[in-house]
Amino acid sequence: MEQSKDRAVMVVIDGVKKAGYRFPLAWERYEAQLPQCSFGELGLCCRHCLQGPCRIDPFGDGPQHGVCGATADVMVARGVARAVAAGAASHAGHAKHVAHTLLRAARGEAKDYFVKDTAKLQAVARKAGVATEDKTPEAIALEVAEKALAEFSEREAPLAWTLSTLPEQRIVIFKKLGVLPYGVDSAISEVMHRTTYGVDAEPLNILLGAVKCAIADYTACHIATDLSDILFGTPGPVSARANLGVIKRDAVNIALHGHNPLLSDIMVQVAREPELLDRARAAGASGGINLVGICCTGNEVLMRHGVPLATSSVSQETAILTGAVDAMVVDYQCVMPSLASVAECYHSKLITTMPIAKIAGAQHFQFDEASAKETARRIVEAAIEAFHRRDPARVNIPDVSYSAVAGFSAEAIVGALAQVSGEGPLKPLLDNIVSGNIAGVCLFAGCNTVKVTQDANYLAMVRELARNNVLILCTGCAAGTFARHGLMRPEATEEYAGPGLKGVLEAVGEVAGLGGPLPLVLHLGSCVDNSRAVDIAVAVAGKLGVDMDKLPVVASAPEPVTEKAVAIGTWAVALGIPTHVGVVPPIHGSRLVAGTLTAGIKELFGGYFIAESDPLKAAQALLAAIKERRRALGLAA
Amino acid sequence: MDQVYVRPERCMGCRSCEIACAVQHSRSKTLFGAIREEPLPQKRIFVEAAEKIRMPVFCRHCDDAPCLAACITGCLYRDEKGFVRRKIERCIGCWSCIMACPFGVIIRDRRKRTAVKCDRCHELDVPACVAACPTRALVLVDVDALPKEKRRQVVLREAEGA
Repeated sequence: MEQSKDRAVMVVIDGVKKAGYRFPLAWERYEAQLPQCSFGELGLCCRHCLQGPCRIDPFGDGPQHGVCGATADVMVARGVARAVAAGAASHAGHAKHVAHTLLRAARGEAKDYFVKDTAKLQAVARKAGVATEDKTPEAIALEVAEKALAEFSEREAPLAWTLSTLPEQRIVIFKKLGVLPYGVDSAISEVMHRTTYGVDAEPLNILLGAVKCAIADYTACHIATDLSDILFGTPGPVSARANLGVIKRDAVNIALHGHNPLLSDIMVQVAREPELLDRARAAGASGGINLVGICCTGNEVLMRHGVPLATSSVSQETAILTGAVDAMVVDYQCVMPSLASVAECYHSKLITTMPIAKIAGAQHFQFDEASAKETARRIVEAAIEAFHRRDPARVNIPDVSYSAVAGFSAEAIVGALAQVSGEGPLKPLLDNIVSGNIAGVCLFAGCNTVKVTQDANYLAMVRELARNNVLILCTGCAAGTFARHGLMRPEATEEYAGPGLKGVLEAVGEVAGLGGPLPLVLHLGSCVDNSRAVDIAVAVAGKLGVDMDKLPVVASAPEPVTEKAVAIGTWAVALGIPTHVGVVPPIHGSRLVAGTLTAGIKELFGGYFIAESDPLKAAQALLAAIKERRRALGLAA
Repeated sequence: MDQVYVRPERCMGCRSCEIACAVQHSRSKTLFGAIREEPLPQKRIFVEAAEKIRMPVFCRHCDDAPCLAACITGCLYRDEKGFVRRKIERCIGCWSCIMACPFGVIIRDRRKRTAVKCDRCHELDVPACVAACPTRALVLVDVDALPKEKRRQVVLREAEGA
């Protein structure tokens, strides 16, 4: 199988091969793993106690129960729940980190951080139930941060961020099914408890526990996005370039990789300091300091500062293979440990920054909010030092990059629409959905995986959906894919959008002063930012006076990898959204669980999973789901 | 002649060979299809363990095959590649083959009351069990080349000892 549909990625891989270097990348490591264990593929193994590992024979000859008596249904359900918990823990960690920083900033303990977006602060304070009259931004921020942190521990009431961001009808359903979390960390911990030895053995009850945890994950994601916007600004449309061609031969290249804006945003500020720029030029880098993004840290600095995006998750190693990345600075999540050994083959410095995410072979610069800029400066200095050792003969930067318009936060989208109509910002969107110019909305989210030729599923699906007038939103490495392939350009709208969609994107782009249509896909942010799409959907549902499971809105993770994606997918389904998954998840060892997640759950929440590895069939399934909902709303399908 | 050779010291007991065998003998030939079939396909290879050893046990396709000798209906036969296979329509379920097999690797079909045994994946170059083994505990070896290789190992060991 071809590794990637991304020409730049292939140029780099071929270049390395031709040069005769032999170190395995993710794709070769995957090959080496084949065949992968079928028990694992089906979700039929359990290591939750020391009497295991236990396995269940899917063909019925061998054991049908674990030592404790757990059936295939129980094992598979437990596996799903634990994946959701791990995903939620990741988002919770991210969100708490931002909340602590906001708290320290408000207290004056982190001088490099301050409330950048007071309008967002006001809006978030309202949602969180924090009074704002006669208070300084710092005082409000302090209370908002405290309120946010209080969402994580065990409480006696549901969470403010859950209740205030979702429609009332949803909350009623959640209450009825007992899936309204009373604390983010508490919900994660509850899943670990109920899936441990000898606790919950009712597979459907375990799945409801997973849904509860997923709603906690949604809440954590929303907190992370809100507080990041307060500290670093709510994104608005910004132009940048994307793909490996953004790495510059004549500059000190620093790649920012991982997920959190806390350090990366400071890196952007520091890399513009004249003194450091002078030092870079003195070292021979006439182009100065060039920051590039990878993965979702890349999205964070792309949407707020127009920092170019180099590449995405599965191809993260290829950035170093260009031979021109002087330092790769990582925080956490989706950072492959293999980067250390790839960097070792070049002059590139791999720099870890978080106390919970070190990598053997990397250099660690401990990051502390109290001294953020100092750390950032030391990192830039280390990169300049590494630049001295760059071997120009080994530099192989593919001449591939596309322009991209990114940064369509919910506020930015509503802002653009507001200029179209004086009768409320959502009116043009609603009118066009009603008229059928926009058939529906699809949110692309998730990762890139070795199990699919990188980007292949995204590209096939987005063309099919856009052709059928589906408005495309995206986050995370889905956004990375579309940016790297030039689909965040107005030109892509001209090329791929169906006539109805094209008309709308042209009209809005014109009025919003973009000098052309809106891009074919709208970049909502990093993968923690999926709640931005929910905000838009909730607003539309509110305007229509229906619950979210009535909207012609679907989601797709065509190339998912992480447990975070499992958590996000699960809450998308709980919010009533048909959600496609393009890689077979480990659920098919249980007919009950697979059937529940892909069908039965629809009766409870309205949403359901569509597991389909063929991208064109998946697109058809999503279009069918959109049509079904349009018909139910009495709209022409 | 190629034989499936077991290296018990490498066997992790993961049963990947068993699953691959059942999948290969299913209608769909895919994992996700096979687990949904009615009737479920049956494996012909068996991971067994005793003391600290675990290893897959399966048909050796013996040159002087006791099962073949015991089969009274002519169901079992030796094909052109030398594999002992079934003409399933001739099986009457007398189980003589099961009793005769010294390895215990012939079993009953759950439904059809016929004998089930390894066909060495005669249509494949590499049997499914061998292809599925993650540690290469199962390998395909040329029986005529094996003694030579073993003799070479003896010499190597001598050389290391010296």
